[in-house]
Amino acid sequence: MREGRSKAFYLLALFFGAYVLFLYGPMFAIFILSFQGPDGGLTFPMNGVSLHWFGKLFSGTGIVDIGAAFVRSLKLGLVVMVLTVVLSVAAGMAFRKRFAGSALLFYTAIGSLIVPSIITSLGIALEFRLIDDFVRKTLVEWGAGSWASEWSTGMGLYTSGLGAHLTWTLPFGLLIMFAIFNRFDGRLEEAARDLGATPWQTFRHVVLPIILPSVVGIGLFGFTLSWDELARSSQAIGPVNTLPLELQGLTTTVTKPDIYALGTLTSAVSFLVIFAALGTIKLLQSRQARHGSDAGKGMV
Amino acid sequence: MAVTSFLKRRSADLVSWLQAGPMMLVFVLFFLLPLAFVIMVSFWDYNEYEMIPTLTTRGYTETFEGCIAQMPELCTILKTYLKTLKLCFLVWLLTLLIGFTVAYFLAFHVQSKTWQIALSLICTIPFWTSNVIRMIAWIPLLGRNGLVNQGLISAGVIKQPLEWLLFSEFAVVLALVHLFTFFMVVPIFNSMIRIDKRLIEAAYDAGATGWQTLWNVIIPLAKPGMVIGSIFVITIVMGDFVTIGVMGGQQIAAAGKIIEVRLNALQFPAAAANAVILLGVTFLIIASLSRLVDVRKEL
Repeated sequence: MREGRSKAFYLLALFFGAYVLFLYGPMFAIFILSFQGPDGGLTFPMNGVSLHWFGKLFSGTGIVDIGAAFVRSLKLGLVVMVLTVVLSVAAGMAFRKRFAGSALLFYTAIGSLIVPSIITSLGIALEFRLIDDFVRKTLVEWGAGSWASEWSTGMGLYTSGLGAHLTWTLPFGLLIMFAIFNRFDGRLEEAARDLGATPWQTFRHVVLPIILPSVVGIGLFGFTLSWDELARSSQAIGPVNTLPLELQGLTTTVTKPDIYALGTLTSAVSFLVIFAALGTIKLLQSRQARHGSDAGKGMV
Repeated sequence: MAVTSFLKRRSADLVSWLQAGPMMLVFVLFFLLPLAFVIMVSFWDYNEYEMIPTLTTRGYTETFEGCIAQMPELCTILKTYLKTLKLCFLVWLLTLLIGFTVAYFLAFHVQSKTWQIALSLICTIPFWTSNVIRMIAWIPLLGRNGLVNQGLISAGVIKQPLEWLLFSEFAVVLALVHLFTFFMVVPIFNSMIRIDKRLIEAAYDAGATGWQTLWNVIIPLAKPGMVIGSIFVITIVMGDFVTIGVMGGQQIAAAGKIIEVRLNALQFPAAAANAVILLGVTFLIIASLSRLVDVRKEL
């Protein structure tokens, strides 16, 4: 835009640097502190270096059953990820054409994104309470009173919990699909159709390969948003907790660095997923660049 | 003719709904119906251990208890909302200023595409990590014996450690800005990147200073992004109870926190009434903001 680097550039670069430090600085502080020695406290200085607090997490002598919560969150995150990808891509395809009710779905998705999480969570909790009451009443009416007293709740990780997470991840998935298709060249599909491809073939062999890197991005949002979800899960998760909920519970009673160890571990999973996803996206993009044009290569 | 085109339209709609239907179903089951239940239950009665389906406004009247009697003194609920709005305003202002500056740097001062992507990713990665961890990450810095206090004491600025750094309103605002500036950066960057660079050249050639270009060209064109970012940040802060709870040491009252407290006491209708009030207030803010911009055009 302008010749050379202006003074404004250096000022803004400095500001940006400070912002990045503000973003990452505190996080790295707890990563370092999680390697405190056995006698170390919650703050600097380090009192030796050890894996003591990580060991304590897994030995089970710690505060809560972290291993179980860890596995629960991981499984739920994967289910949320798959559903977010499939439902978002399908709905995104629908939005390529005008259809009756498209505005309704769009505004519902936006609403789901911006209605405060605590309200959605409360609503789901109420819904399941009403369902539970209804089930008990119906069972009694059918003369199955013993079953009725055994019925505790329909709330759970893969019912209310899954639903709560999807209300948070699906809007992101849909918005990403919008962003993809705003930059998508529709002539490619027309060409496929003209060459006699069925709608499914067009999708499978033309559209999907092109949008695949972004679809991986949707998966990344799906998993990480679920893995860290807290506000919506708070009332709707049912009898067992996810990892973020356990972690939040710990914040009120925190006195030892094991909470940092747990934080470091959780973040490690996040970073692993983030870099795996980004790597996959990069790989797919470079493959696309290489195979970008098959002009003159003929059909294989 | 008209009939066949109508039928064709219908079958096209059918295909679209087969594609979009599953997502809509999730929203109906886990968002729209739950919202309806919140509104319904807010008009129910309750006792210590269950909700009673009889029509009453008890949830609301108890929430606003004493509001008229205590005038001109503010009642609890109004005080709480004022405090929430104050927090919200502070966080909004800070995230807008920081978010705008960061987006401006990325969009106009980073020339290479690769660097632009890399730096945007650096801003995005924390969003994919846990909020709770990003909150507790402030403890070693702001705590009584944290780095800030240690630094200030050893520099001789203060003698006693500052108590208001952690578990205070300051900490809440800091953490909210830390967590949610991202929601400003993305839409503002998105608006800015679509500004035709020739407009800026033109302003420059016509003799506008940098500030004039910023004020008269860039800000008006980036306004949609600023509005969308504002909607995100404001709705998040209005309903927040986690950050305010953790960073406020569970001592600060806020609109979202009231709902949580009522829920923990198993007073579902009262919680629902408060949720409806919060929903109304949030909706008013969004409605007035979204008059400024057509959200759907901006994607």
